[in-house]
Amino acid sequence: MAETSNRIEIAFSRLKTEGRKAFVAYIAAGDPSLDQTVEIVAALERSGVDIVELGVPFSDPVADGIVNQLAADRALKAGATTRGVIETIKAIRERSQIPIVLFTYLNPIYAYGYEQFHRDAHQAGADGILVLDLPPDEAAENAELKPVAGLNHIQLIAPTTPEDRIPSIAAKAEGFIYYVSRLGVTGARGDIPQGISEQVDRIKQHSEVPVCVGFGISSPEQAAQVAAKADGVVVGSAIVKLIEQHGSDADLPSRVEAFVKPLVHGAKGA
Amino acid sequence: MWPETNAFFAHLLAGSTSGVGCGKMSSSRSLETTSQPDRHGHFGRYGGMFMPETLMAAQFELIEKYEQTKNDPAFKAELDALLHDYVGRPTPLYFAERWTQQLGGARIYLKREDLLHTGAHKINNALGQILLAKRIGKKRIIAETGAGQHGVATATVCARFGMECVIYMGKVDMERQALNVARMRFLGAEVRSVTAGQMTLKEAVNEALRDWVTNVDTTHYILGSALGAHPFPMMVRDFHRVIGVEARRQVLEKDGRLPDHLVACVGGGSNSIGLFHPFLEDEAVAMTGVEAGGYGIAPEQHAARFQGGRLGVLQGAKTWLLANDDGQINLTHSVSAGLDYPAVGPEHAYLHEKGRVRYTFATDDEALAAFQELSKTEGIIPALESSHALAEVKKLAPSMGKDAILICNLSGRGDKDVAQAARYVFGEELKF
Repeated sequence: MAETSNRIEIAFSRLKTEGRKAFVAYIAAGDPSLDQTVEIVAALERSGVDIVELGVPFSDPVADGIVNQLAADRALKAGATTRGVIETIKAIRERSQIPIVLFTYLNPIYAYGYEQFHRDAHQAGADGILVLDLPPDEAAENAELKPVAGLNHIQLIAPTTPEDRIPSIAAKAEGFIYYVSRLGVTGARGDIPQGISEQVDRIKQHSEVPVCVGFGISSPEQAAQVAAKADGVVVGSAIVKLIEQHGSDADLPSRVEAFVKPLVHGAKGA
Repeated sequence: MWPETNAFFAHLLAGSTSGVGCGKMSSSRSLETTSQPDRHGHFGRYGGMFMPETLMAAQFELIEKYEQTKNDPAFKAELDALLHDYVGRPTPLYFAERWTQQLGGARIYLKREDLLHTGAHKINNALGQILLAKRIGKKRIIAETGAGQHGVATATVCARFGMECVIYMGKVDMERQALNVARMRFLGAEVRSVTAGQMTLKEAVNEALRDWVTNVDTTHYILGSALGAHPFPMMVRDFHRVIGVEARRQVLEKDGRLPDHLVACVGGGSNSIGLFHPFLEDEAVAMTGVEAGGYGIAPEQHAARFQGGRLGVLQGAKTWLLANDDGQINLTHSVSAGLDYPAVGPEHAYLHEKGRVRYTFATDDEALAAFQELSKTEGIIPALESSHALAEVKKLAPSMGKDAILICNLSGRGDKDVAQAARYVFGEELKF
């Protein structure tokens, strides 16, 4: 890989050298508060997480399940805004260089202003953005969402994505591709869907960037199974649920650390 | 066999050229043909397909099947026959003589969609979409509902075709439209209460979309208004164009000329676009869409997107919506559950931008006054949604000459609203 200053790209190139899988953790920024988000990210880093996805809260997150929706509601009620999340990245950057992806919907970015959002997010220290309701087909909107050097646009591929659609998505991919391993919204599930390795192989035929698999992973065993088939795993709702349960506990960050560490070990086979 | 419904298809065909970039063609002369979305559903800069990747394949499948099916003679014959025999088309264009005299201006015609089976225009679209779903091979149907009219229409066609039916409805709407909830249950549908957020129509759409994301292989989502991602705004409109096609023919038969003004209420905007669309190229025909003004135009007190709204993206489409500076969707209020929604259908946003349709609003109080006035003057109890359009007729008709013709779409009947209206008007809680 060419010289890069993007933390996501640096992380994957290091993991490749080490022969290890990536662990991506999602949390809703601002739940229970933006101050706590800084602490939770530090705890995730201590747990061995490689990349953090920060959910920028939106009132109508249609691609998310109830756990993430309630987290976004709590964040909004606690006063989180798009600008507040960007300020929080600055606070995180004072003590950490962990790669950060902003995970959100189009309307908050649209309201903020596409260019301004990119500039501010990048300057604050974000490394990537993933917009759940902006498919590549929306050419005009995608053209306006001009990439800023150093800020990856993460692309998403689903089990329902037709074969002939994969190349066009893969061609735009930066940082990593997020393969949604099952139909449905975000949320923990008991089982692991079939056919993940086939799908990952199919995607890899069209793209150089790593493929991470998520949606529904909640145990170290599941993390290990999925990690064996991909370049990394994404765990979200299970962590968000823990934060929901212990949001008001003084030891929330250490609880997060204790919960995530075994998941990371599962994924990394350690 | 039935000229009215066959005419529906003639117009459907005439307006079926998709792939035309309407944003580039702004001549008002050909607005009807240019008010067609491009292949990703853009009406100018509005509309589109802002969906999670999981649903994109289903949207494209729907586009393909709809384009193939809408011109299939067997499909057209089946829909035509059912619209006539089961739904009760054509609906009358009724001259409201006493109300006309009372208002003392334009001749007022009511397009009687309230007389349709299930009590509102919604069944035109529900029937069209279930026939399409049958052809796609989907066995399970889901829908959202606000006032319950679309839920009832969907439950009805599901019963008629033996399909499994799940209706998502906000908890608040279930309370204020309890009668329709019972109707849906008698029709065999499962009504799922949605308790997120404001617990009204927007949250019901979110839940229906989540169900669809999860069950897309087996399930068709019958979206109930000219909203959401492509092809829904175009397809829902096409299934409702029959309203305007009939009205146009009927007024020409009765008065030998086109009307001066069309009025319809706008929630998502399905009944209004159905009435307006066949008249878009008739430059002399003015059109007014009436949004819900709720308690008045102040943040979170209304659902009038063109008053104090902004451009944004919600539930699949770029359009005018009610949101705060941070892009979070605002709460809305209307006495009418069917209009209580923060985004307007994207084609309306386009027609608003082009200046072809004027958009205004009626408050709860104005709608309730019109509700009572039509009941007492014409012996027709209108839906609270349609009452917003009637409130605008009260303002417009007196200022128009006695030779002028005004057509108002009476999109639904008020049976479902009796308990709600009694609460407001008499201060009484009705017990059933």
